[in-house]
Amino acid sequence: MSTHSYKKHDDAEGGAPDKMTVFQDCLLGFNALPVSAKKCRGLLAKLLRLLYSGETFPASEATTLFFSISKLFQHKDSSLRQLVYLAIKELSLISDDVLMVTSSIMKDVQSNELVVKPNAIRTLARVLDGSTVNAAERLMKNAVVDKNPIVASAALLSSYHLLPVARDVVKRWTNETQEAVTAQKLLPSDQFALHEYYGSSNLPSATYSYQYHALGLLYLLRNHDRMSLMKMIQQLSGNNSPLKSPMAIVQLIRFVAKIAVEDPSATQALFPLLAAYLRHKSDMVELEAAKAIVALNVTPEQFLQAINTLQVLLSAPRTVTRFAAVRVLNRISMKNPEKIVVCNAELEGLVNDPNRSISTYAITTLLKTGSSDNVDRLIKTIAKFMGDISDEFKIVVVDSIRTLALKFPEKHGAMLRFLNELLRDDGGFAFKNSIVEALFDMIRFVPASRDGALEHLCEFIEDCEFTELSVRILHLLGEEGPKTNSPTLYIRHIYNRVVLENSIIRSSAVIALSKFALLGDAAIKKNIQILLTRCLNDVDDEVRDRAAWSLKLIASDLPEAQSFVSPLNYSLPVLEQQLALYVAGDKATFATPFDIHAIPVMSEAELNAIEFREKTDAEPVTEKVEEQSDLLKTSLLQQKYSQELSEIPEIAAYGSLLHSSKVVALTEKETEFVVTTVKHVFANHLLLQYDVENTLTDIELHDVTVIAQPDSDAYAEEFSMPIDVLRAESKGTIYVSYTRPTEVGTDLLAAFGNTLSFITKEVDPDTQAADPEDDGFQDEYQIEDLEVGPGDFIVPAYMANFTSIMDALPHQQSAVFNLGDGASALLDTVAKLVTSLSMLPLENSEVVDGNSHVLKLFGKTIWGGKVGVSIRLAHNAAKGTLAKVEVRAEEENVAEMVVEGIN
Amino acid sequence: MGQIVSSFTGIFSKLWGIDREIRILILGLDGAGKTTILYRLQMGEVVKTKPTIGFNVETLKYKNLTLNIWDLGGQTSIRPYWRCYYANTAAVIFVVDSTDKDRIETAAKELHLMLREEELLDSALLVFANKQDQPGAMTAAEVSQALSLTDLKDRSWSIVASSAIKGEGLSEGLDWLMDVIKEEQL
Repeated sequence: MSTHSYKKHDDAEGGAPDKMTVFQDCLLGFNALPVSAKKCRGLLAKLLRLLYSGETFPASEATTLFFSISKLFQHKDSSLRQLVYLAIKELSLISDDVLMVTSSIMKDVQSNELVVKPNAIRTLARVLDGSTVNAAERLMKNAVVDKNPIVASAALLSSYHLLPVARDVVKRWTNETQEAVTAQKLLPSDQFALHEYYGSSNLPSATYSYQYHALGLLYLLRNHDRMSLMKMIQQLSGNNSPLKSPMAIVQLIRFVAKIAVEDPSATQALFPLLAAYLRHKSDMVELEAAKAIVALNVTPEQFLQAINTLQVLLSAPRTVTRFAAVRVLNRISMKNPEKIVVCNAELEGLVNDPNRSISTYAITTLLKTGSSDNVDRLIKTIAKFMGDISDEFKIVVVDSIRTLALKFPEKHGAMLRFLNELLRDDGGFAFKNSIVEALFDMIRFVPASRDGALEHLCEFIEDCEFTELSVRILHLLGEEGPKTNSPTLYIRHIYNRVVLENSIIRSSAVIALSKFALLGDAAIKKNIQILLTRCLNDVDDEVRDRAAWSLKLIASDLPEAQSFVSPLNYSLPVLEQQLALYVAGDKATFATPFDIHAIPVMSEAELNAIEFREKTDAEPVTEKVEEQSDLLKTSLLQQKYSQELSEIPEIAAYGSLLHSSKVVALTEKETEFVVTTVKHVFANHLLLQYDVENTLTDIELHDVTVIAQPDSDAYAEEFSMPIDVLRAESKGTIYVSYTRPTEVGTDLLAAFGNTLSFITKEVDPDTQAADPEDDGFQDEYQIEDLEVGPGDFIVPAYMANFTSIMDALPHQQSAVFNLGDGASALLDTVAKLVTSLSMLPLENSEVVDGNSHVLKLFGKTIWGGKVGVSIRLAHNAAKGTLAKVEVRAEEENVAEMVVEGIN
Repeated sequence: MGQIVSSFTGIFSKLWGIDREIRILILGLDGAGKTTILYRLQMGEVVKTKPTIGFNVETLKYKNLTLNIWDLGGQTSIRPYWRCYYANTAAVIFVVDSTDKDRIETAAKELHLMLREEELLDSALLVFANKQDQPGAMTAAEVSQALSLTDLKDRSWSIVASSAIKGEGLSEGLDWLMDVIKEEQL
């Protein structure tokens, strides 16, 4: 009852006051003589309420209000003055001529009236402009170093707001700000002593928050000058740091981390600074330090230090601390789950945390870190807990299980059981959909789980309330069912749907059924024909149509029928691009029909490779957008290249483009001439495409060409297409073509020494053209060498069962090398190998853990054969990285070439 | 009842001039010495001043009267805002830098422009011919001439030679002003 009546009261009297009434009352009240402080305070409060709730006044009315408020300066009451300041601060945004109160405010700033002084300073910053800010310099400097921390904070924050108005003026109190950062100020004990509730004994003696404010300002004043920034950081960190405010320290850590991110070479120098904060009395500081370190490129030992801190924080009593710590760990688990395995015990403790957000983070983190030993136990723990959480969280859990299933294919039994139980639980569409998606992925990428998963799905559609899911599952049964050992099993399940379900499901069941008929088994074919014939009497025309069409197809024995079972997978992005081009063309292009054969067809293995990459790359969303499937991008790029190249008649004659490498930089990005190159491989030729950018503003280049010297006689230069004129600040492309050895083998490997050769001419700045009389002079520019390696003849491919495929490949070659690289970590070596060989890392083997590792790579050569590489790596700081390479390939000599290329 | 009592006290205070705030503006060109005069009157000492951006307002007791004195900045950019503070003004103190012969004409123009305002029709005018301590200062008579004060009709006015630094002439001027205000307005 009480809340009800309170609300009523609120509506009657507490509703927002009428704007015009307030305006009129204010003018009357503020202009009256003598000023009634009490009445004006009430009026100002009403006005502020309007302004704070988003009301605004037109500039003329706001200005009138402002002038009337300015008259209240004649009254000395400090409570009234505080409200006056608040009102002026708000009005300064919409009123003109606010500078009229400048002198009056400055007087208050100079006064010793502690109650209004901070308000006065804050308002001063709002009324000052470029022309009046100089007059306030002395005042602001004094306020910044004021011994009262409240005044100092007000001045520092106001300086922040003054920065965009008058950066140069604020710069003049850099020294004062510096002094404020290091100062130790106490709250005046007498200021609140008389307060009835907050006696001075109930207040802390110092908060040091001015240090936070001062540090922020100092950073803004110095962030263009790295040297002084570094000096500031050195001075403020370490054992004798004057910083007492945890917020200030957190801020300092962020500045340090920012420098380290921008300049990775400084990381090792800055690490001790950060590490020192991993043990601090404030958990906020510890968290920030740990967060900063894990985001940097540090050694595994250093990383572990941060993890240990987070591990301790996981058992902190404060909920917010636990949440923050588990969140950081969760983020790490997305990329490097192996690094946080040490926290598993603590994380498992958090699974039952009373805070749901914490427990969900803990579970998903655990699932990411799961190793093959603890997966079973983990899944059991989660199964107990699933009943208590909402659908949303369940979906998160299911997604993690899915990733886990792809990572540990051998554990598919437990996963299937878990998913199956979930499938039986109640739940909304989104939840069920995520489970079905997970099962779909397992069927595709974990062949061993196929039969079990299909069976669960069959059971599920027996009692499925979502038409959409039933349709998708039926489609999948049609695709996968015929490939199993006992296809008849599924036929029964599918036909049940035809009998029991709605027309949408029935029609998709008909198509699924018909696919079994194309297996080639006469008995099954006959049975299916009988079943489909029954469907011809269905009440729904779509079902009848599909049945009739299927029967016809089955009876026809056409070869096309097979393509109905396993359709061609066109590269969709390329298809889309080509269709867009075709549609955008003029009438002439429509004269010829669209040629579907020009679209590259992707084999199932390639398609799987792309999707597997996407599914296991559980990177944070932002990065994902950027990466957007490398393989797809590559194929689009290749399409673009082959189009460009086919327009050059000499190159068009080479036939179709087999492979294009990634862009290789041959110079630094900041040099006068920036050169990058792409290697194109044709059936009998190698084409080097050099993209040259002239970054100079006053020089143009003529007859630009690259003199590329192969170190192997197997390559012979055929022609070179130079750039005639490369104007100032422009780009151009040079092509150099070679005949390449057609036989597979180590002959293919070569290195090209490159030199850029050209004639320079000065450009007249007025006419933007070179003097025609000027002959220029011949010059050369050394650029880096270019390697042609095995990766140029291999495209990445996916294979579900690496080991058995490897054993099946006939040609084998193995070797042991020392790759050197004493300093660099194993992770870099692995990344380098993956790029240089242009193969797909399988079974998560691109993730490195510890000092030894096995990298499993798979790909296909441009001649079509499969290649598998297994590299056993051992890292030792003294000896460098030892690599035991085993290569197996379908074609002869490929293995030799790859081994030679790795060396 | 209470109303009657309060209106009685109102009459008494009117009679004796107690409890009634008298609003006075100090105007004039920049650098004439307005702020110095204000604080000389309030605190009795010379303070270091900076050009006034906006205004200063002080309350002071003078011979049983409460004076509410507004010192408005004299810079060209601020002069247009003087008129925002004209309402309910009992008197205007116009301060002239007697040494600044070049700008005396500008001062005269601003003075007459101001006096034409309706809100100031009933206000008394006191002119301080300030900075008499400086060499080459014009006398009060010369300033009066330059400002054509004699043209003013229907207004109580007076001009007093003053030096805010030395404190000369200020109380004489203010005494005259109090007499006029008591006589005409209370």
